[in-house]
Amino acid sequence: MIVDSYRFLPRSFRPFYEGRGPFPGEADPVWAPFEKRLASAKIALLTSAGFHLKSSQAAFDLERERARPEWGDPSWRAIPSGTKPGKIGVAHLHINDEDLLADPEIALPARLLQQLVEEGVAGAAAEKHVAVMGYQDRSLKDWRETTAPQIAAFLRQQGVDGLVLAPA
Amino acid sequence: MPVLARWIEAAGIPTVTVTMMPAVAEERRAPRIVGVEFPFGHAFGMPHDAAMQRRVLEQALRVLAGAGSFGTRVDLDLEWPVPLREAYRAWQPKEPSPIVKKLLESRG
Repeated sequence: MIVDSYRFLPRSFRPFYEGRGPFPGEADPVWAPFEKRLASAKIALLTSAGFHLKSSQAAFDLERERARPEWGDPSWRAIPSGTKPGKIGVAHLHINDEDLLADPEIALPARLLQQLVEEGVAGAAAEKHVAVMGYQDRSLKDWRETTAPQIAAFLRQQGVDGLVLAPA
Repeated sequence: MPVLARWIEAAGIPTVTVTMMPAVAEERRAPRIVGVEFPFGHAFGMPHDAAMQRRVLEQALRVLAGAGSFGTRVDLDLEWPVPLREAYRAWQPKEPSPIVKKLLESRG
């Protein structure tokens, strides 16, 4: 079965995604081999659904995006593995947040990953997962120069062996 | 997002991208891809459907750990259990995003 990548996308958006080829300078393969057995590997999750901790973290900056529609907040948030669903806020102007607030596992399945660890499927879950907000300035300059290196260092510090990313 | 996966992979951490647009992730050269035919915002499935979410995450972990080469893509054969027209409307924000608003205004 081949997934229809445009099934849920408004037709007028399709040319923004289809047939555009690689991002400039990003055509060559990149590959980090997964060297451990899954059952002894530490796994982290990353969502682009704009999650943040309501009590202790600033939301992604939507006011600035409203003022400058080509811009999207390039920062990131650490989301502790055991965070209760009600503690998570969503800041993302391009998707409906109702289902995400009702069950954040649909974008960041931290509780499910913990369950798979307890069953021995995966070795460990990262203590802290990662959230970004997926709508970004087209150059992706801040993501490339700042956010991606910071996230990679953050995952390395936790001894993470592999990352599951889910675009919102 | 597939480019973010590339940058993290280039820093030495293996990645898998779970996405509703696997064809785009392929074009953008993500290293490992799991495709789902789900509405935006729902990469792991329906809210509170633990069985569906588990199928997606387990598949992602299998591809992450087991893919033999760059560009591996596996699509999940799971049908979204909500009628298309309803699901298409439901994922979209209640008001158009600022960039969509701007594009609509520029068309007059």
